[in-house]
Amino acid sequence: MKQSETLLSVEDVKVYFKYAGGGLFSQSEPQYIKAVDGISFDIKRGETLGIVGESGCGKSTLARAVIRMVPIHAGRVLWMGQDLVSLSTDDMRGKRKDLQMIFQDPLASLNPRMTLGQIISEPLKTHFPKMPKTEMRERVAKVMARVGLLPNMVNRYPHEFSGGQCQRIGIARALILEPKLIICDEPVSALDVSIQAQVINLLMDIQKEMNLSLMFIAHDLSVVQHISTRVMVLYLGNVVEIADADDLYENPSHPYTRALIAAVPDVDRPAPADRENMMIDGELPSPLSPPSGCPFRTRCPKAQAICTEEKPPLLEPAAGHSVACHFHTVAQVG
Amino acid sequence: MTNVSMTNSTDTQGDVANTKGRSLWQDARRRFLQNRAAVVSLIVLMGVCLIALFGPLLAAWDNETVDWNVLGDIATLGAPSLSNGHYFGTDELGRDLYSRVVQGTQVSLMVGIVGSTIAVILGTLYGATAGYVGGKTDNIMMRIVDILMSIPYMFVLILLLVVFGRSMWLLFVGVGMISWLEMSRIVRGQTLTLKSKEYVDAALSIGVKHHVIVLRHIIPNLLGVIVIYATLLVPQMILTESFISFLGLGVQEPNTSWGALISEGASTLQYGTYWQLLFPLAFFVITLFCFFFIGDGLRDALDPKDR
Ligand SMILES: Nc1ncnc2c1ncn2[C@@H]1O[C@H](COP(=O)(O)OP(=O)(O)O)[C@@H](O)[C@H]1O
Ligand code: SF4
Ligand SMILES: [Mg+2]
Repeated sequence: MKQSETLLSVEDVKVYFKYAGGGLFSQSEPQYIKAVDGISFDIKRGETLGIVGESGCGKSTLARAVIRMVPIHAGRVLWMGQDLVSLSTDDMRGKRKDLQMIFQDPLASLNPRMTLGQIISEPLKTHFPKMPKTEMRERVAKVMARVGLLPNMVNRYPHEFSGGQCQRIGIARALILEPKLIICDEPVSALDVSIQAQVINLLMDIQKEMNLSLMFIAHDLSVVQHISTRVMVLYLGNVVEIADADDLYENPSHPYTRALIAAVPDVDRPAPADRENMMIDGELPSPLSPPSGCPFRTRCPKAQAICTEEKPPLLEPAAGHSVACHFHTVAQVG
Repeated sequence: MTNVSMTNSTDTQGDVANTKGRSLWQDARRRFLQNRAAVVSLIVLMGVCLIALFGPLLAAWDNETVDWNVLGDIATLGAPSLSNGHYFGTDELGRDLYSRVVQGTQVSLMVGIVGSTIAVILGTLYGATAGYVGGKTDNIMMRIVDILMSIPYMFVLILLLVVFGRSMWLLFVGVGMISWLEMSRIVRGQTLTLKSKEYVDAALSIGVKHHVIVLRHIIPNLLGVIVIYATLLVPQMILTESFISFLGLGVQEPNTSWGALISEGASTLQYGTYWQLLFPLAFFVITLFCFFFIGDGLRDALDPKDR
């Protein structure tokens, strides 16, 4: 039954950044970037939710909203049934033990003046200030061994390591408190392809071992495909499709998801000669002035008149497979 | 600098021979030691400091006793001489110039170091707080600095010295009060940059408290800039004090400083007692150059942006 326990439940979360107006002396109404515009999803214990979308579509902002690193405009973030948004700063600090994060730039996420040992033990020092030094050292050694770092590296500094090793340090830091959920914000985007696979495999092994939940963000589907139980596709701060990973790849229903899948290089399926055409035409619209109606309509090959007028709601035409398109064509399962 | 060696190219296990890490400070020290001008300056400066500390032990005369033997004919009898113990000669009143210069060195270095220390402590705390907190607080705090900076401080300081009388403490306070302004601006700018680094986000996501983040993650990464600027601030403070002493508003007799000695030496140059100008001026100029070269060396060693 443990498998089905819902850890995190995000309900209609909106994160708006003010970028103009609304100042002390300005007459105009404040204007907002709707970085996250009403997103809902659940993460169960032991499952991985992959989150995909182009750069700038609000993936990092969503991740930060979950752990309250950016203020939320509206919505709720329920952690094991408790709303994190309404917690006091101190109570929230306690919850951070269970909710850790891994960052995109492995080197930049490590303080250059601290040794590897100091970096990895910082979460322990923060949450267990009275823990004896020897126990701390043991736990650091254990987690270092787990992520494939040698014990004699403990006194070295981040700049002495490669990108992949730095990301292992980041993973060790996220693991040492034995959290329940780790948010991985594009953890492999900055790494070489060969090393990406190593890091992803490491994360998958650890996840199985510790029955961890992951929120795994990436900007292309091929990375997410490997690791996810479910996949959520974002576009301009909106969910366009969410489904089980296999289902999404076999039955992509939203035109944007289809375009993303077409863009994934596949060994079994030779890239079509006109792959450029299968990818999405045009630029991502500016989040300052998103299109009316369906956010994807400026680039959608199937756009109709209704798409300009009405924003398609996120519907669930087949169980566990939701899509936000007026002309969705999800194959009915069974 | 192109010779920064990458320890490992493979991902998991490299050839990590020694277990001791190379901190950024150690890297910086290595680069600093390669800078010949800076190293020579450091040695010379240490010599000047040793003279300030232990110089009195070598003196044959103290700084207050008047040598009545030379008083009649300073221009010839008061010249530098080893035989009568006046290594640097005597001043216009027949006092031993060596002892006077040692004393002046103590005072001038003290002014420089005190001014610079006040600047480092006040400027760092103020600037880091403004930068880290940001928003309205930052705006107000930095506006105050702007206002204070627009005051012609030399004028105010001279006015204070004239009104309240000459005193060493007023001088320290005056010099210290102005020195931190520029420092706080520099620190605040750097803090703004550091605040958006991912390792600060990482600390926040772990739940590290804000004041710990400032002390553990922001300030250690500012130290390079602080050290460079503090080193360059010392000669500025010495110059300020010397200028005020040169105007006759600085330290009071029998105390003295480089500026006061240079002022005296310059006024008696017409009598042919050139040494009364030469020795304090030499100490003054050499020390200032040392600080500038050391500051320059530190900047090259600590500030990776210029490389
Ligand atoms: N702190 C912020 N202030 C203002 N705008 C922001 C801020 N953070 C992100 N944004 C904007 O929100 C949008 C989403 O950004 P982000 O979540 O970083 O996207 P992603 O991680 O998917 O690349 C972008 O348009 C970005 O410019
Ligand atoms: S709603 Fe219209 S514009 Fe939007 S994805 Fe569907 S077809 Fe395209
Ligand atoms: Mg991002």
